[in-house]
Amino acid sequence: MSDHESTYVPKTGIEKWLDSRLPIIRFGADYMALPTPRNLNYWYTFGGILMLCLVIQIVTGIVLAMHYVPNTEMAFASVERIMRDVNGGWLIRYVHANGASMFFIAVYLHMLRGLYYGSYKAPREIIWILGCVIFFLMIATAFLGYVLPWGQMSFWGAEVITNLIGAVPVVGEPLLIWLRGGPAIDNATLNRFFSLHYLLPFVIFGVVVLHLWALHTSGQNNPAGVLIPKERTAKDTLPFHPYFTVKDGFAIILFLILFALFVFYMPNALGHADNYIPANPLVTPAHIVPEWYMLPFYAILRAIPDKFGGVLAMFGAIGVLFVIPWLDTSRVRSMRYRPTMKVFFVIFVIVGLGLGWCGAQLPDAQVVPGMPSFMLLDGQLNSYLWLTRLLTAYYFAFFLIIMPWVGLKETPLPVPASVSEPVLDGGIPEKKG
Amino acid sequence: MTESVELNHDGHGGGDDATRRDFIHIAAGAAAVGAGVMMAWPLVNQMNPAADTLALSTIEFDLTKVAEGMQVVIKWQGKPVFVRYRTPAELATIKAEGAVGSPPETDADRTKAGHEQFLVVIGSCTHLGCVPTFNSGDYGGWFCPCHGSHYDASGRIRKGPAPRNLDVPTYEYVSDTRVRIG
Repeated sequence: MSDHESTYVPKTGIEKWLDSRLPIIRFGADYMALPTPRNLNYWYTFGGILMLCLVIQIVTGIVLAMHYVPNTEMAFASVERIMRDVNGGWLIRYVHANGASMFFIAVYLHMLRGLYYGSYKAPREIIWILGCVIFFLMIATAFLGYVLPWGQMSFWGAEVITNLIGAVPVVGEPLLIWLRGGPAIDNATLNRFFSLHYLLPFVIFGVVVLHLWALHTSGQNNPAGVLIPKERTAKDTLPFHPYFTVKDGFAIILFLILFALFVFYMPNALGHADNYIPANPLVTPAHIVPEWYMLPFYAILRAIPDKFGGVLAMFGAIGVLFVIPWLDTSRVRSMRYRPTMKVFFVIFVIVGLGLGWCGAQLPDAQVVPGMPSFMLLDGQLNSYLWLTRLLTAYYFAFFLIIMPWVGLKETPLPVPASVSEPVLDGGIPEKKG
Repeated sequence: MTESVELNHDGHGGGDDATRRDFIHIAAGAAAVGAGVMMAWPLVNQMNPAADTLALSTIEFDLTKVAEGMQVVIKWQGKPVFVRYRTPAELATIKAEGAVGSPPETDADRTKAGHEQFLVVIGSCTHLGCVPTFNSGDYGGWFCPCHGSHYDASGRIRKGPAPRNLDVPTYEYVSDTRVRIG
């Protein structure tokens, strides 16, 4: 689709005048006319949903920053003032807070979509890597934002997460002091986190532009995972507008219904009650848990008995995503035609959810209540500690062992020659099992 | 390429040999990088502790506020400091244990001679910084709720993910009942 030629013809006088000076309408029109594979399913609507999420967060964020005071003496109270006194402030705050959760629900589904249909494989490696950069920036932004209300979870979450950096040998301690702006989490920390929480979404926006640019250069993947031959473009694609704008629009409405359900009926379901207690630097809540969307990575951190080792494993869990295009050795893109890999993928999804579940439990707690077990090294076998370790092992094995190995050993099902071939040419590929 | 070299006006058209023009290019590049680093440093350094933060260095504390068997938590440099008045029973247990923890330390290493009943430690778990809860855990000292580290009544790490004993801040007795921390 990189060879997609401009089909825009300026009609009115103003359009003609503008087109020879700044062809911005041409740019938009060509963007909208982009040939898009006909067979995209609803898993392909999360890109549009994510774009909307980013806009919602930026707009509500700018509004909240008009009323929020980034100072330890006033931060908590200023958020309560937004809730009680600012016109519609409760709504805007809940939209921003739940918006973060919605953003992560969408991004996880978006990433799993890419993983299943092989959207990271040549020629789309750069799209994938830019996506990983966006994901990392999203985590950083969400962490900084959660600190701002200056509740107990804000303070102690910041304490624990910044301490991770202190675990780095040699440079850790000075880096930690630099990040906090003092010997402990205090006003200097809150103040700079506010500034950076404002900045990063615009950086994300910039990377999203590159993400889309790369997507439009190498072409949209599709559930069949086949590249579209030039001579079949007419048969295999439709212009993005109106066919996919409408489809994305419909998905966005469904998504917004879910979003509204949370905002209006259970705005605090995804949050932690302890963040309604003002930050107290002298008392730690009995059970520190991060926001749900960070639980899987938090679980991996705690699974490792060594402090720095845990930090490495946690960052490694995100880092490994960057190199997936080179870990997958299969020539077939879509897992629709990869019967063995599909099974490992389903297990991976379950493991991911399991890690999230473990992240919310106390490591010493029993997985099966009341079942006696024995000590294995530093913990009971029947504990979340060991369950987390098992799941963490699968997480890494999936990318580092299963992906390269299954790609070489597996016999894929016949892959159609093009998107429309099974339908228009009468040849539906035979299905096994 | 040879043609363009011959067209150079510096009189040194010597093929692949370094010319004065190459030198100027490298020198200009190096100067630009140097200037960039020098301009970037203040932008990085501004995030280090400011003068007012650094000024919050010492506090004094009156030990008569602590009753036997109790601890008082005071805030010093934004962190909690535990001041614990240990009972004779606790002292006896700790002294009998000798050097334990990580690094192995005797109780005498962690207190001031003549004031062994008072333990002054930074109440910040050496794992990821949570505040351990008083008089709980398996060793009669503290238990950190975040990731389950156990400390004894001398603040030494005995079990769990924390890598070190609770840190002892710099402090001295200014009188028999007053300490200056920091």
